[in-house]
Parts: sequence; structure tokens; C-alpha cells
Amino acid sequence: MIGSLPLVGLRDIAMTFANGTRALTGFDLEVRGGEFVALLGPSGCGKSTALRLIAGLASPTGGTIAWTTIGEPQAGPPGPNIGFVFQEPTLMPWATVAGNVALPLRLTGMGRYEAALRVAGLIERVGLGAFADAFPRELSGGMKMRVSIARALATDPDILLMDEPFAALDEITRFKLNNDLAELWRALGKTVVFVTHSVFESVYLAERIVVMTPRPGRVFAELAVEAPYPRGERFRTSSDYVGTCRKVADVLAAATAGGAQA
Amino acid sequence: MSGAPPRAQDGRMSRYRIGERVLQLTLPVGTLAVGVVIWEAIVLLGDLPPYVLPAPTRVAATLISDWPVLWGSLLVTLGTTFLGLLLAFVGGTALAILFNQSRLVERALYPYAVILQVTPVVAIAPLLLVYLPQPVAVLACAWIVAFFPVLANTTLGLNSVDRNLVDLFTLYRASRLQALLRLKLPAALPYMLGGLRIAGGLSLIGAVVAEIAAGSAGAGSGLAYRIAESGYRLNIPRMFAALILLSGAGIAIFAALSLLSHLVLRRWHESALAREP
Repeated sequence: MIGSLPLVGLRDIAMTFANGTRALTGFDLEVRGGEFVALLGPSGCGKSTALRLIAGLASPTGGTIAWTTIGEPQAGPPGPNIGFVFQEPTLMPWATVAGNVALPLRLTGMGRYEAALRVAGLIERVGLGAFADAFPRELSGGMKMRVSIARALATDPDILLMDEPFAALDEITRFKLNNDLAELWRALGKTVVFVTHSVFESVYLAERIVVMTPRPGRVFAELAVEAPYPRGERFRTSSDYVGTCRKVADVLAAATAGGAQA
Repeated sequence: MSGAPPRAQDGRMSRYRIGERVLQLTLPVGTLAVGVVIWEAIVLLGDLPPYVLPAPTRVAATLISDWPVLWGSLLVTLGTTFLGLLLAFVGGTALAILFNQSRLVERALYPYAVILQVTPVVAIAPLLLVYLPQPVAVLACAWIVAFFPVLANTTLGLNSVDRNLVDLFTLYRASRLQALLRLKLPAALPYMLGGLRIAGGLSLIGAVVAEIAAGSAGAGSGLAYRIAESGYRLNIPRMFAALILLSGAGIAIFAALSLLSHLVLRRWHESALAREP
């Protein structure tokens, strides 16, 4: 079990954009293998920036990001194997569901048929078995997001980075996707870093909630959510859930107020 | 049983659509018919000679009697137009890709592409005719005017790729070639087809302008050359007949390229979607 080993560590990260905006200062975060971490904070606090830094899509202006290699070091392409889910589904409109999910595999040079086999299983896994040949415009918002998640899982990544993936969905769809994501996480044992501005979502999904201050973002507090999985609909209406949400909301309010004074 | 009501509704809906379609076709055709009748009446009542204004029936008769000559000329002009369009598409797309890959090349060459576009082709044609054999000069004119819309639209398309998709390709360490083939070119395809549709009409114009400029000096046999030649001979009915053929060719090119665009994009692009009533 790799559960307790650190997978990636961010130390004293600073990120200042070319226009002078300071997105992050003194940001520290350690993600352990197999855990579900939520990054919670108000809009524009640098949560997404932190996620992009972990993904290597941008380089920090200060601090270090260190990965712990799992298994054979330096096997395959350099760098960690990452799955990323954006705020929007970010699908290629000209490709079918199967074509979109196969993209990461095809980009790493896997053959058409081998990729197709893997992809069929993934599409089934996110509940879209009947839509493999559909084009994105034929799908609902929730279904598009499922495709996006299946694509992120295609390369069997070490870590799944999710940037407010369900923010644009209606509540019913969001609850459903929250349930399915929690189920998927338990089944696959992936490490997940989930950015959200919803207290309810973070408490429902995560084992650990990292609360951030407004810009420039840094970690204000960390809270563990002890409730056992599977959490399910009953947890959503339990007093335990409501109590934890209130506690997290108070911390978030304190973080926001503290940031405003600073 | 449960399938029956929606089907009935579909039937009604498509009948409504057919009605709409019929109206869309009959209105312009009706306008044309009225115009032709008025034209015929003016010629008849004013007793105008054909070298002043030929009646539509006279033009139609000329179209039939001169068909062998006109048909041959039409083929020549269409050949030039299509070859010019093809070369413009290949060249424009290739240059747009080159611009997209290298800022340096774009900075160095783009101004000249613009200059080529803004300089009226009518003014360039006589010069080209001096230096090039006539068929090549005509082709060059068709190419020059058709080239820029392809280049400009493809450049725009290659640059309007979804930023998140670019990030995704970066995340999976896609090579430049992979990004080009799997991301940029498909994303640019609707723009390229839009550019091609404009270029089709322009290529015909370029060919016609060059043929007119060549005029009696050239040994050309294109439709525009026929128009010029007939003008010198005061064969006004044949001028009209050739003009009608040119106009028809332009419409056909536009329709064919629109159809191509629709067929290529219909499964995924917004522009090709049928709007629900």
C-alpha cells in the first residue's frame, strides 16, 4: 500500500504572473499517494494556478515541486503520469467520444486497436457505453464531463487533477457525478486533487480539505473529514455532514476575512 | 404503438419545412420570370434592334446556336478557375501552416501577402501578360486573388484553438506534428472551408479579369475572351449568353463548395447544424 507515502510536495511556492498579479505566495502542500484532497477557497485565490503548477503546465516563480517516483524510476517518458480535468469538458468537437478518450493513448504512440480496447472499458466505466460513437455536441453537460474524466483516466495516471470540474453543472447532475467520482476513486485507488469553491462538495468528496486564503493564495488551514466511505446519499443528509460543512464554512470565512485584512 | 404519434408529428413538421423550401425557391424564380417578361416586353414594344438590346428569347436562341463555341470557352475558363483554386488552397494552407510554426517567417512574408491582395488584379494582369505565356498569366491571376482568403482564414483557424486543448496536448507531451495534425488542422477546418468558399468565386473573377486584359491580343478561348471578342464584333446577344454562362458557373462553384463544407462539417460543427424550429 502506497497510501501514506508522499507523492508530490510543493514547498514555499510563489507564482507571480507577467502582469504583476501575485497568485500564490508561500504555498505549501503535500499530497500522499492514494488520498483525495480538496483545495477549497474563494474565486481567484490561486487554486487553479496551484493545480496547473502541479501538472507542469506552468512553472512557479519561486519554490520547488518534488515528485516521489513510484516503482521503477525513469521508466517511460520523463515526468509524472498526470490526468487533468478542466473546468470545461474541453473535448475535441470533431472527434467521437471514443476518439476523445483515446487521445492521450494515441499521443503516447499506442496503436489504434490497442487504444480502442482500453477506451471501450473506460467509456463503460463512466457509464457512457451506448455513446462511444456520439459526437460531443450530441451529449449533455454532465455526459461531456464524464467523457473528460474517462479521458483523464486513459493513461492510468498516478494522480488525477480536477479543476472545479462540476461547477457549471446543475445540482442534480453534480450530485450524481460526485457520487460516481467517489465510487471511481475507491475502485481505482487514484490520488485525486480536487479544486472547488463549494464547501458542500469538498466535504462530501474529500478525505482532507486544504482551505486557501484569497489572493495571493496560501494554505490557511487543513481539515480532515473522518466520515468513512462509501458516503452516499445518506451521508449527504446526516448531521455529521452538516456539522462538518459548518465547521469548514467557518474556517473558510475566517480565511477570507484574514486575507481581506492582509 | 408508442412510435406512431411522434412519426405523425415528424410528418407534419417536414411538410411544413417542405412548404418553406418551396417558397424559398419559387420567390426568386418568380422575380426572375417577371424581370425576363418585362425585358422581353420592352424590346418588343420599343422595337429595339438586337445590337442595342437583344430580347431574352434572342439570347436563349444564341445560347443554343452558339453552344459549341460557348461550351468550349466555358470549359477553358472553368479549368483555369479550378486549377487556380486548387493551387491557392494548397499554397495558402501550406503558407498558413508555415506562418503558424514560425513567427519569423510570418513577420517576413505576411506583409507581401497583404500587398498582393490589396493591389487590384486588373492592374497586375497586363504586366503578367507581358512576362508570362497567356494561359500561365491567366492562371496566375486566378491564383493571386484566390490565395489570400485561404491564407487569412487558415491562419485565423490555426490560431483559434481551444487553450485548454493546447494545455492537454502539452500535458501529454505531444510533438509539434501531433499538435498540428490532431489539434490545429481539425480546429482550423471550418475556417479553411469558409476561405475556400470565398476563394472559389474570386478565382473565377481572377481568370475573367486576366482573359479580358489579354483581350484581342491573346489567342485565348475562355468565356471572358468571348465576351470581349463579341463586343468588338457588336455581337451583343452572344455577350449576354456568355455572361449568363459565367454567372451560372459562379453560382455552381459557390454551391459546390458550400455542399463540400456542409458534408465535411455536418457531424460536429455548429455552422452545419439544422436549427430546430
